[in-house]
Amino acid sequence: MKVTPVVRVQSEDFDVQLESRALAEGRKDVGALVTFTGLCRDEAGTLSALELEHYPGMAEAELTRIAEQAVQRWPLTGLTVVHRFGKIPPGENIVLVVSASAHRRAAFEAADFLMDYLKTRAPFWKKEHLVDGDSGSWVEAKSGDEDDAARWSS
Amino acid sequence: MNIRYFAWVRERVGLEEETIEVPASVKTVADLIGHLKSLDENHAAAFEEEDAIRVALDQLHVEVDAELGNAREAAFFPPMTGG
Repeated sequence: MKVTPVVRVQSEDFDVQLESRALAEGRKDVGALVTFTGLCRDEAGTLSALELEHYPGMAEAELTRIAEQAVQRWPLTGLTVVHRFGKIPPGENIVLVVSASAHRRAAFEAADFLMDYLKTRAPFWKKEHLVDGDSGSWVEAKSGDEDDAARWSS
Repeated sequence: MNIRYFAWVRERVGLEEETIEVPASVKTVADLIGHLKSLDENHAAAFEEEDAIRVALDQLHVEVDAELGNAREAAFFPPMTGG
């Protein structure tokens, strides 16, 4: 039986341990648990926060569509996707994917697929806010993200 | 029809959302973009780089040649940068 993915879009932070435990606790068929956490990073020391804008309704719907594809494609025992919105300072969490399976390959690949598809298809946009008080620019999509997503359709 | 804008498209149009009457001649997303561009300077500026704009009809991604059909909501936004 296919699992029902858990998808949440929220402004508050998430607890990686709690979300991982929820997919493994009390069961003996999970042999592999992969967690991916995407964080807000600041390499130049100029960023005060990233502001994540999203399309309410479609963000949840599109993440669910992507997660459903993953559970069709890999034999997963559980899948959780959490994406935050609002202002997120460097060092804080932005996105979480937890995939569980009997074996590692499915769990690794499903998490990788989720992130590649999410990057190009989930309706979220990042705007930079700078430490000098200026509102910086909108983060531009990378063409490499499209290439990453295309790997899964060959 | 309800039209929504996100990220820099929203900033350029100057609106998050608006309801417009769609002329009978507007059949596809491309037609709708043409119509929106004709509304005022802000709309024209927002859709200037047409290739950089993505579109969703009733919260599903579509291409610009998609028919509007019975869609109630169209959304325009730049390529996504979540994750």
